[in-house]
Amino acid sequence: MSTKRPLPVDLTEDQIDEFGREMDAIYYETLESRGEKDRLYILRLIRIQRSMALFGRLVIYASLFLLPAWPHALAGWGTTVLVMALGVIMLGVAKILENMEIAHNVLHAQWDWMKDPEIQSNTWEWDNMSPSDRWMYSHNVVHHTWTNVLEKDLDVGYGIMRVTPMQPWKPAYLLQPVYFVLLMLLFEEGVSLHEQAIIDVGEGKKKPREILPLMKHIGQKIWGQVRKDYIMWPGLAALVSVPISLVVPESPLTVFLLVAGANFIANIIRNIWAFVIIFCGHFPADVYNFTEAQVEGESRGQWYIRQLLGSANITGGPLFHVMSGNLSHQIEHHLFPDLCSNRYPEVAPRVKALADRYGLPYNSAPLWRQFGTTWLKNLRLAFPGGTLPPEPARA
Amino acid sequence: MSTPMPEHPRTKSWLAKLAAITDMFAYPLRTSHYVELVNPLWSTHRLHARVVAVWDETQDSRTLTLKPGAHWRLHRPGQHIRVGIPVQGRHYTRTYTISSPPERDDGCFTITVKKIDGGRLSHHIVRNLKVGDYVPVGLPQGDFYLPDASPIQPLFITAGSGITPAMSMLRSLIQQQRLPNTTHIHYAPHEFDTIFGKELRKLNAEQPHYRLHEVHTRKEQGNAAHFSRERLEQFCPDWRERDCYACGPPGLLAALEQTWEEAGLSQRLHIERFRAELAPIPDDAVGGKVRFARSDLDVDADGQTNLLRIAEDAGLNPPHGCRMGICHTCNTTLKSGCVRDLRSGAFINEPGAIVQVCVCATAGDCELDI
Repeated sequence: MSTKRPLPVDLTEDQIDEFGREMDAIYYETLESRGEKDRLYILRLIRIQRSMALFGRLVIYASLFLLPAWPHALAGWGTTVLVMALGVIMLGVAKILENMEIAHNVLHAQWDWMKDPEIQSNTWEWDNMSPSDRWMYSHNVVHHTWTNVLEKDLDVGYGIMRVTPMQPWKPAYLLQPVYFVLLMLLFEEGVSLHEQAIIDVGEGKKKPREILPLMKHIGQKIWGQVRKDYIMWPGLAALVSVPISLVVPESPLTVFLLVAGANFIANIIRNIWAFVIIFCGHFPADVYNFTEAQVEGESRGQWYIRQLLGSANITGGPLFHVMSGNLSHQIEHHLFPDLCSNRYPEVAPRVKALADRYGLPYNSAPLWRQFGTTWLKNLRLAFPGGTLPPEPARA
Repeated sequence: MSTPMPEHPRTKSWLAKLAAITDMFAYPLRTSHYVELVNPLWSTHRLHARVVAVWDETQDSRTLTLKPGAHWRLHRPGQHIRVGIPVQGRHYTRTYTISSPPERDDGCFTITVKKIDGGRLSHHIVRNLKVGDYVPVGLPQGDFYLPDASPIQPLFITAGSGITPAMSMLRSLIQQQRLPNTTHIHYAPHEFDTIFGKELRKLNAEQPHYRLHEVHTRKEQGNAAHFSRERLEQFCPDWRERDCYACGPPGLLAALEQTWEEAGLSQRLHIERFRAELAPIPDDAVGGKVRFARSDLDVDADGQTNLLRIAEDAGLNPPHGCRMGICHTCNTTLKSGCVRDLRSGAFINEPGAIVQVCVCATAGDCELDI
């Protein structure tokens, strides 16, 4: 046995094993109790989400009947923008629900236990530019197996940012506050191009030709998304407005651009929200990172401890948890990635109590604190140096 | 005629083209996913049926009248459908024979389900399903039906809820007014709990070509309660000249197979089995033979080594990721047999179940879709 501590904790190996067993007990007990209630939850959520997406798009269409060119009393830019904003928010919220609470969790195989052929991780395709199968690989396999391990987990800084002082500084990181904002706005696009293979091409390890099939696969998914939001829906509105424009002096081009713009803003809303929640998962202050040597041959208990130390929760109400896809329970999600997400709130107090009993930190704080420290860390680590979280980790 | 007409190809391609365009609005879903929100029966990406009536046949069996959704295709009498039912959140699939004739005018069909002791699904269907519920169904399938052309004289041998395919055939033949000379031997516990008992007796009285022999297994003594060559000769002396259509429990079907084989008439015996057997769960996980169906490979495995490792040692390279049961990349389907989840110790023995091969070992023999 080496004298070097594999993890920054103050526990003996026996204690770590015991911690793992207790964590397993929570996991299996909750798995056992899944039932009809959980099925109704996900089915109802999917219904609400699809209805909301459709209704949001129809409200955006409806707002076109309020354009100032119409000769009725309600017509005017004020009312148009107001109604359109309502539609945009509904569409944005629907996209958030689909991506976060539904698809993210379905793709984690959280609902495979129902054996419902419609809600299976291997057949679900999500409303996102990233193809489901590619995302499942980079997320479920790479990120969840190697959580916060430098050089292994591609999500540590996404290959463009320095999120822990353990990453050696280089001048390119000076610009990382800019990347931060750009990634926030273009998160969907960023996720779809979040591939080790693309980084390898950038570093000259692979030839561009080698990743052509992959890029084609991603390209098809992106094309489907772009066609829906920026061609089909705006195009239909423009098409209908052609005959109407003979009576109402409004150009079909304006109509097209308004609908495309509304869809664009809905996508941006989803991008920003997803970015904020997801960045609060592993990048706030006092989250730990690990080296490959530290996790070599790790036991179940050590794996649990790494997930606990490497994740951070956000506190909030039930609606907030649903809107964040329960990634506000990032710790529980990383401990039990295939437990259905609606159960995270109920296991959270038990996980916290267990962590407290072993004197381990349980990183949980309101959104403003978690996102605030994420942002501050991003600014600080753009420059050389920086401080590591305290070792050994204590509550 | 009961044979369904093929759909007009031109209308279909025209609709398919329209759907391809509307699907672009719904990408990555399909239009049907949104149509379904309004009425599940209109969806085309999966088939649903609505329960429109329930009728108790006996104290523990029930006939459900189901209205199928779009893209349904008429069945041939004797065919069965898959019915998916969620029980306690989990989706189960069972196969039930359609008991109604395809000649119904209202576009509905019926299945008749008997509650099996300890049967989770049959209990749920018989006791909990109510009018207005939607159930996922499959299209009619199976080759257990009477030929259209050649004139045959059927002999039906049925037991319990195995009556359902025969009932669909009889009802259809009678509606078409072309019932041939038919003998029917039916086994049921008592007179009062015979499924379709009243209707069968009425047919026996009214149809000149139909002869029914009921055997009430709880009332008869000893061998008389079960199928035997002697009883067969007694009920149906000309059984060698008839085509036998049989459906019932495995014991009965085995006896029939033996009788017809001994007579050298196996080709005239048509059998429908209605229960897939679950693999027995071994008392101690000692390992067994693992079959990788897609690779056509059999290997021996112990009860401790995970199946991913077994596959890799056998030279296969199935998809996998974390090797610790969290990423579900290695999920595959259990085709038959039994495996054990090494983490929880739980056994999985239902054919079609999802298996995470990186954390499961074989328990007895198993067959995987790798």
